[in-house]
Amino acid sequence: MAIPAANSPPDPVLVAFNRFGLGARPGDRDRAAHDPRGYLKAELRQPDIALISLDDPTYASLPGSTPAIQASMAANFQRKLDRERMAAATAQPAMASAQATPAQATSAQIAPAHPLPPPTAPAKPAPPIEATLFRAEAQARLDKAFRAEAGFVERLVYFWSNHFCVSVAKDNIVRASAGAFEREAIRPFVLGRFADMLMTVERHPAMLFYLDNQQSIGPDSRAGKNRRRGLNENLAREIMELHTLGVGSGYTQADVTSFARILTGWTMAGREGRLGEPGSSVFNANAHEPGDAVLLGKTYPAAGMGQAEAALNDIASHPATAQHIATELARHFIADDPPPAAVARLAKVFAKSDGNLRALAATLIDMPEAWSTPLAKMRSPFDYIAAIRRAAGPGPANDPGQSLNWLNALGEPLWQPPGPNGFSDQADSWASAEGMKIRLDTAWQAARQVKDVGNPNDMLDAVIGPSASPETRQAVARAESKQQGLALLLMAPEFQRR
Amino acid sequence: MSLLCETPHPSRRAVLMTGGALFAWAYLPRFARAADNRDPRLIVIVLRGALDGLSAVGPIGDPDYAGLHGDIALSLAGPHAALPLDGFFAVNPAMPVFARLFKDKQAAVVHAAATGYRERSHFDGQDVLESGFAGPGHVATGWLNRALESLPAGDRVATLGGLAVGPSTPLVIRGAAPVLGWAPQSLPPPAGDLAERVLDLYQHRDPVLAVALQKGLDADRMALDDQIGGNTTKPKSGAMKPKGGLGSAAGMRQAAQGAAKLIAADDGPRVAALAFDGWDTHANEGGATGRLATLLGGLDGAFEEFEKGLGERWKDTAIVAITEFGRTAQINGSVGTDHGTGTVVLLAGGAIKGGRIIADWPGLKPAQLYEQRDLAPTSDVRAVLKGLLADQFGLSAAVLADKVFPESAAAKPMRDLIA
Repeated sequence: MAIPAANSPPDPVLVAFNRFGLGARPGDRDRAAHDPRGYLKAELRQPDIALISLDDPTYASLPGSTPAIQASMAANFQRKLDRERMAAATAQPAMASAQATPAQATSAQIAPAHPLPPPTAPAKPAPPIEATLFRAEAQARLDKAFRAEAGFVERLVYFWSNHFCVSVAKDNIVRASAGAFEREAIRPFVLGRFADMLMTVERHPAMLFYLDNQQSIGPDSRAGKNRRRGLNENLAREIMELHTLGVGSGYTQADVTSFARILTGWTMAGREGRLGEPGSSVFNANAHEPGDAVLLGKTYPAAGMGQAEAALNDIASHPATAQHIATELARHFIADDPPPAAVARLAKVFAKSDGNLRALAATLIDMPEAWSTPLAKMRSPFDYIAAIRRAAGPGPANDPGQSLNWLNALGEPLWQPPGPNGFSDQADSWASAEGMKIRLDTAWQAARQVKDVGNPNDMLDAVIGPSASPETRQAVARAESKQQGLALLLMAPEFQRR
Repeated sequence: MSLLCETPHPSRRAVLMTGGALFAWAYLPRFARAADNRDPRLIVIVLRGALDGLSAVGPIGDPDYAGLHGDIALSLAGPHAALPLDGFFAVNPAMPVFARLFKDKQAAVVHAAATGYRERSHFDGQDVLESGFAGPGHVATGWLNRALESLPAGDRVATLGGLAVGPSTPLVIRGAAPVLGWAPQSLPPPAGDLAERVLDLYQHRDPVLAVALQKGLDADRMALDDQIGGNTTKPKSGAMKPKGGLGSAAGMRQAAQGAAKLIAADDGPRVAALAFDGWDTHANEGGATGRLATLLGGLDGAFEEFEKGLGERWKDTAIVAITEFGRTAQINGSVGTDHGTGTVVLLAGGAIKGGRIIADWPGLKPAQLYEQRDLAPTSDVRAVLKGLLADQFGLSAAVLADKVFPESAAAKPMRDLIA
């Protein structure tokens, strides 16, 4: 491995901003230099630091998931009506020349009362409501990344959001609510209890929809008997495999099926509102599989929605869950193959603190391994783009389009992972041939659009600091233009690695 | 319907080896193809998410199929009739290209196939499928890369290396052998000599990134050269803009289009890996139409693009589409299917000895299903892949069982897949 400064511990300020945070903005390093650990811990003490405040007028208009889903349902319904109207109109021949012959006049009488407007070229149609909501949420997330101090808590948000991922590729419902899902089910708990986050996530309409639980019906429930529909085990399996216990931790196919039964009835109220406010999370007793259920050797007595709550609470504090979460956290913040001692310590804190995620975050900061391990991981595309914005200045105001395009090109489209296991957390997934080529294109585009590039040598000092390698210094110093110098800084190993 | 297995037949070359070289003999590739002007290529498409083999190639002759697959079962009747392959199996009507190739004996199906993995986790299943190891937990190298690595030094196929399509490298082709990465171009390329400068910096400070970036630039240059007639400075505007990810039908077609150009080149890679996402159809899977059919249409489009783009080289090409496992034989409570076991392997290409369904059909009665829920596997996916590698590149059964698919000696290479 040819990682800079592989033999000596990395610069602690660089560790604070790159390993734990989202990269330094000009001036940030000075504030953190005297006590990098304390600088990170200060973030953990700020109340509500993870929240996107709706008191801020910029975000006051961001709707919660329920109104967002309602808007999507209404738009969907309207689109359906429009399609039907179009189909009816094309089936109705030659409306425009209806006055021509008596026969055609007759057919015009049975046409709809409001004939279609003349087929002039329509103005550019407004974007669908789901796209508008998605962009507003993306903008809020990017702003938050730009404004964060070190960005450690934001990194925790991204970690948990990827751990409990949903994908907007699933459906318009998820596209409309993915941002709200992160604000409602992830952000409030990243410094809270794991069990609380788990419970909120698995009950959230976006997750119920993404992993098909709204379609899972107890075979012996009233709805199951009437409609001859039944179980869908998707959510049950992914909760155990990905969200909590981890694969290979000892559960069986029978556990998956049993858990799927337990989870039946956890659903989202539909557009008609028969089960509750449309787009809200509800328990549908009619679809819940009646009776006791055995999961991981324990019997859960029939208790309606309480049955799944009890099961989730037990799973949340299962030793396999502690081990799974500890491994993922250490892999994310320390190394692809994390030191076993670090994993063991995190697992112990998880178990002893009842899954207190603030305690886990503080443990990470206190870990000697976090400050001694070489910065060999790669920034994920979102981290990379956040770091670019923080170093080179914010992107176009109120237009997340460019950042979203970069994310797509770099292989990490926002809230659209390839599967429920989220995006990869391994360095070589991001240091791919195509990935590096696109990072180069991205760095160039970013550098070129900065209106007033300062001296790239000064920026290097401000963003990377004294531990920048002589070769990086030289490359930046000898650049043929300020833009090229800035692009070289954004491509430097010290900027890519974390 | 028959299972084709390898019968050992030592070559004349082996007989001429001096005594005591039995071990070495076992590792020697066969160069039977070297003289006949063939220039074999192998394209591996990984379908991530677990393809429902019973909806891709439906056993419509099986009396239990329609009952189990319910509303989404394929049928020869109705407006979206499946396309019959033989008297027993029919392919999804979203795949007319595959059906045509099958008729022309350039496509084949291996049915009721699975890797050695018998749990139902996507991610472990994919790791097993792509790593080629007997169980999960090996994520450093993939079998396709180790196959390249196992070719003798200086071998043309090994020298030309592999091609990985998409922004990240699929595990199946990760490893020590050289791999080119390519994905559709989407951003304006940097001006001046920025790329050279960054490369120079990486060569001094971060060789891993240097190798990755160099490969990315090379692949881009090759794809652009072909696209715009050798002028690399000004890409055609709008050319090869990404059309959605590799989980969309248009994205699959486009990935194949670009990959075909690179693979068709005389000095282009001879093996390639693509990963298409989105096959995890738990709910509202659809049958002859709908969600799965749309994806199958994308895969069919990829076959078509390869056929078109490879031109002359199509006759030397084998494409194999594989997935981590199948799905439940019976549809679930939401007109989809949950994670299962046996599924299909689809083979296409001018090099394929096609027009055949290779299956030791296990039947779909409750007692015939694996764990009473899944299509029981009767063929090993590794046997299919080993057969392709043996016949396309001359890798020996011993190398295949040792290095490429460790601990797989029991799954003998399925020979005779290549015409």
